[in-house]
Amino acid sequence: MITAVRKPMEEILEYVSPYKRILLVGCNECVTVCAAGGRKEVAILSSALQMALMKQGKTLEVREITLERQCDPEYVEELATEIDRVDAVVSMACGCGVQEVARRFKDRAVFPAVNTLFMGASERHGVWSERCQGCGDCLLGITGGICPVARCSKRLLNGPCGGSTGGKCEISPDVDCAWQLIWDRLKQLGLEKRYEEIISAKDWRTSRDGGPRRIVREDLE
Amino acid sequence: MEDFEPVIVAFCCHYCAYTAADMAGSMRLAYPANVKIIRVPCTGKVDVIHVMQAVQKGADGVIVAGCLEGDCHFKNGNRKAAHRVASVKRLLGEIGVEPERVEMFTLSAGMGERFAQIASEFTDRIRQLGPNLVHRRAIKTDPPGANPQAVEKGDRPT
Amino acid sequence: MVTESTLEKVLAAGHLAVTAECGPPRGAVPEKIREKAELLRGYADGINVTDNQTAMVRMSSLAACIFIRQMGLDPILQMVTRDRNRLAMQSDILGAYAHGIHTMLCLSGDHPHFGDHPMAANVYDLDSIQLLQTVRGMRDQGRFQGGDEILNPPKMFVGAAANPFADPFELRVARLAKKVKAGADFIQTQCIYNLEKFERWMAGVRARGLHEKVHILAGITPMKSAGMARYMKNKVPGMDVPDEVVKRMAGVPKENQAKEGIKIAIETIQRLKAVEGVKGFHIMAIEWEQKVPEIVQSAGLYPRPQL
Repeated sequence: MITAVRKPMEEILEYVSPYKRILLVGCNECVTVCAAGGRKEVAILSSALQMALMKQGKTLEVREITLERQCDPEYVEELATEIDRVDAVVSMACGCGVQEVARRFKDRAVFPAVNTLFMGASERHGVWSERCQGCGDCLLGITGGICPVARCSKRLLNGPCGGSTGGKCEISPDVDCAWQLIWDRLKQLGLEKRYEEIISAKDWRTSRDGGPRRIVREDLE
Repeated sequence: MEDFEPVIVAFCCHYCAYTAADMAGSMRLAYPANVKIIRVPCTGKVDVIHVMQAVQKGADGVIVAGCLEGDCHFKNGNRKAAHRVASVKRLLGEIGVEPERVEMFTLSAGMGERFAQIASEFTDRIRQLGPNLVHRRAIKTDPPGANPQAVEKGDRPT
Repeated sequence: MVTESTLEKVLAAGHLAVTAECGPPRGAVPEKIREKAELLRGYADGINVTDNQTAMVRMSSLAACIFIRQMGLDPILQMVTRDRNRLAMQSDILGAYAHGIHTMLCLSGDHPHFGDHPMAANVYDLDSIQLLQTVRGMRDQGRFQGGDEILNPPKMFVGAAANPFADPFELRVARLAKKVKAGADFIQTQCIYNLEKFERWMAGVRARGLHEKVHILAGITPMKSAGMARYMKNKVPGMDVPDEVVKRMAGVPKENQAKEGIKIAIETIQRLKAVEGVKGFHIMAIEWEQKVPEIVQSAGLYPRPQL
């Protein structure tokens, strides 16, 4: 899922300081799974914001709502009944959701309450790590199911580099060397020969380098 | 402040802390009346929002009291609670509320004296810190009737 | 002879080659490069110029190589893929060749995490192996990586790095094989202190005949002090410094440690001369370039062949 972490309170408070009434919108999908912007986190942030303002002798009215997703217009539409009762919106969704809410409600300032980080998977509850960079031309089929674009610090397609140490990346003992993982997996699958096949220079056009991307599925329209 | 009497909320787990509080009572050990006990089946049931809202609604201090490490009746509820209390402390620090107002303690069911000690030492700590200005200031400065509480979707603002 | 590289000439004639290294200055100070290069005149067949080494900004390798070329010496352009995309790299290669630079080394580059700009965006459009393929394609097919024809294609003698001491060891021969397949003409290894491990790697290299497909230059770095030995042992990823070496350095009084370090370097060269497949030495005396002449002479590698 898309992972995120809550922004520092100082930053969020700066965003809401000009306003008296805000709509705090959570999302029931990715940010719920990584405990950054779901229903629970909305309640917690709401409490924190109100307390912070009460301490300054001000009041902040916080309307709380958690949508199923914020990246689909049908769900964002549910905010229409609330929007006239508030001066600004704070979204706890990933950047996609924040932008969709902003797009729909053009005359309300919309602020992000989380920093969107990466597409990743859960190692266990509470620990998530990066898995996919959305390069648009998936090569997991030839790297034993481990992605060097997302998981190698240098996104080498013919790694490992000379800094790989004890299965860990040179930048930190907390980061696995993706190519060690790939090699171990290839061995497990009896595919050692694949290692010496050179993976040629990547065509980054399918990635963000080719410009912001769009999918149009006419069969679904 | 001379006549400041702290309001302290103590989430106590049924198996250890609450029983210890009970024992303190039956041993006639005095502990401050400031401490209002809320019994929970396990401190693992206490979530971040409960502690936040306790502070928001006026508690000057919040205790979360559970079983000793390794003795939790539900295996690791007390460890989860400890992490959550740490998280609340960090968040309170970010908004300018003293993190010392919230604390996790562990003790066993038979430790009546320890409970009384925790209650009275914590009450003293909060008395030193002074009132929780989050709530008190709002009450002082806003006209009567203003209610700065969260508004759920569908509710009318009061 | 495929190129006009002096290094290629020396190796092709069957001599043991010697290359040395120069780090460009952390400012626009050409004199620093000229001073270092002058110390090496006559003692090396090629002078490597590092490329923003350890991800610290320095004068560009290309600019420094041009200064060295203008002194009538033979620079080796080091190019990392961390900071430039394939357009910029091919562009710099054209510029280098136009300035009479005929030898280059392809590397991925240390991660910016270690450097003075950890906040920078990494490029890594290509990795070192894909860069090798690109350089060979420019030279042998006369085409850019994208396919178009090149006007006066650059004929670079192209090398890569190899680290027999990085993990996993079992892959280190296979990785060399990949670099050979990608087109490396020569290899410069990470500096060698663990001779036993290096010889094990070379045995694997010879078993696959790779020593006959690529010229391997053994990396040598003289230790300045016991402190340096310890630092390299513990703090530098991919470096293998055995305890005996640290002990040997520490067993000598401080004022004699530098001399001991030079001694060890010369002994290492002598021992490696006997290893089949070692075609030369790459002496990385970083910020100690003045010692290279002594090392080259004492190791019996002076004078350099005049071809």
